[in-house]
Amino acid sequence: MKPKSRVVRKAKEAGFVIIFLAGIGVALGVLGVLLASLIVTAAPYLTPTLITNYANYQDPTRAGYAAAIAGTLWILSLTLIFSLPLGIGAAIYLEEYSHGGRISRILQAGVSNLAGVPSVVFGLLGLLVFVRGLHLGAVVLAGALTLTILVFPYVVITAREAIRAVPQSIRDAALAMGATKWQAIRRQVLPAAAPGLLTASILAAARTIGETAPLIVIGAVVLQTFLPYGPDSPFVALPVQIYAYIDLPGPEWQGVSAAGMIVLLLILFAFNAVAIVGRNRMQRMRW
Amino acid sequence: MLRSLVKRAAPKAVVPEPEVLQVPPPLTLVDVEDPAIESRNLSVWYARKHAIREVNLKIQRKGITAIIGPSGCGKSTYLRAINRMNDTIRNCRTTGQLLVESEDVYGPNVDPVLLRRKVGLIFQKPNPFPKTVYRNVAFGIQLHYRATKEELDRVVEAALRQANLWDEVKDRLDDSALGLSGGQQQRLCIARALAIHPEMLLMDEPCSALDPVATAKIEDLMFELKKVMTIVIVTHNMQQAARIADHTAFLYLGKLVEYNVTRELFERPTQELTENYITGRFG
Ligand SMILES: Nc1ncnc2c1ncn2[C@@H]1O[C@H](COP(=O)(O)OP(=O)(O)O)[C@@H](O)[C@H]1O
Ligand SMILES: [Mg+2]
Repeated sequence: MKPKSRVVRKAKEAGFVIIFLAGIGVALGVLGVLLASLIVTAAPYLTPTLITNYANYQDPTRAGYAAAIAGTLWILSLTLIFSLPLGIGAAIYLEEYSHGGRISRILQAGVSNLAGVPSVVFGLLGLLVFVRGLHLGAVVLAGALTLTILVFPYVVITAREAIRAVPQSIRDAALAMGATKWQAIRRQVLPAAAPGLLTASILAAARTIGETAPLIVIGAVVLQTFLPYGPDSPFVALPVQIYAYIDLPGPEWQGVSAAGMIVLLLILFAFNAVAIVGRNRMQRMRW
Repeated sequence: MLRSLVKRAAPKAVVPEPEVLQVPPPLTLVDVEDPAIESRNLSVWYARKHAIREVNLKIQRKGITAIIGPSGCGKSTYLRAINRMNDTIRNCRTTGQLLVESEDVYGPNVDPVLLRRKVGLIFQKPNPFPKTVYRNVAFGIQLHYRATKEELDRVVEAALRQANLWDEVKDRLDDSALGLSGGQQQRLCIARALAIHPEMLLMDEPCSALDPVATAKIEDLMFELKKVMTIVIVTHNMQQAARIADHTAFLYLGKLVEYNVTRELFERPTQELTENYITGRFG
């Protein structure tokens, strides 16, 4: 047998590392350029009034996002409160209780297909079912319920992965001590899956914060000049408000929009930071 | 996956194929009076695979009974049938009777949750929960009782002492159980099982992942435990069976081949199969 050349092997190793680094570099580079141009465009408008003022379509220096920020926080909280228990519950059922029969196969297919439906369709569904059907009107609750359906499949899919990753030996250990199935799940499987479940909530939050189309379809109010007062309040959300500003002519409105995007990103980063700190804390004790 | 690896590693050429081999009628040479556990014509299937074939066995109260046999002969399946852990496996079916304290655990009014509380199971691979040492041992109590902190402390210490682990972990009760050595983890699993005062303990190759020193510690522990409880141990290691077991059952291809007082079985096997196995001619 002819030995392989050491030099060639080393060169290949180096070559591939360079390719991988280049990949990361391109991705980060694009992100950096994006963020930089966003910040440059937004810079003149990043003032305190941006978050204290309401919508204003005459004077870009006085345009703000107060109602939109509050609306987004309302929608985000309600959507997470609805979608996480529902989605994690469905994941627990599919992973731990269903026996892979026809019903669970249909459920699984339904969930996967739901994930592929364009978001505007959910807006239409929300409009028909929640706004008109249940007579909720174009309110925070209707928006949150619509987005709940939208993020539900993502929560289910991510939570299932997290639950499936818990070794069977953990369940066996609990059951062998006389735990009921639910006790084993509640006290061992879910805590062990918690980091993955937090990932599910991060994904759900990211989708919720960024969604525009369904909220426009439902009827978010881009002229709102008061903070939403509750689940039954009319609302506007950040991406919708950004979209309204960007439609106006002139570079100054682009600056206002860019500033709104930065607020949006900051909210998302803040949420993710909390979730990631929580996840790392939990991950300290794993198999 | 592990199981398939084990199966593939088995020396196929030497082990006779099932259809060629005639396992003779089971030979039970020891009479156990008032058994704690008894199986009558117990059969277990995985889908169509007949993994345990009509096994009749009486297991002595407050003694150690070893089950030996080559990989894949059904030792784990038999053990898990006793506290109905096979219920958790899809496609697994059990027929015949399995009496624990004279009650058929596959009878209509048996709650496997209560049964498992009474009949603990120690797994081949130590499987502590990814929690602190303390939480591991407290888990069983918290499943079955509402306990105050003091009560929990007391039970946790008693169980760890009983498992000869207290001195090694008393300063690290709040550290992750996963930081313990393999032998300590296995004794922690035993302590965890002991905390709820089971009447019987099933052990599935509890030492196969451990070094000889850790193994000796667990064997010592079993000698102490058998004063108060019934122990059934599956082992791959014939020296271990010879050292610790009062009675030994030899299983082959899901059938009971020979069952006798340990010493007799090893010194005067009456079946050719048994003799071949214990002299290491196959397995
Ligand atoms: N979950 C399972 N599904 C299907 N077959 C299994 C399963 N567990 C064990 N078996 C089969 O049943 C037989 C007995 O297995 P096991 O009781 O684990 O043997 P042992 O513990 O003696 O090595 C083996 O042939 C094995 O392949
Ligand atoms: Mg086994």
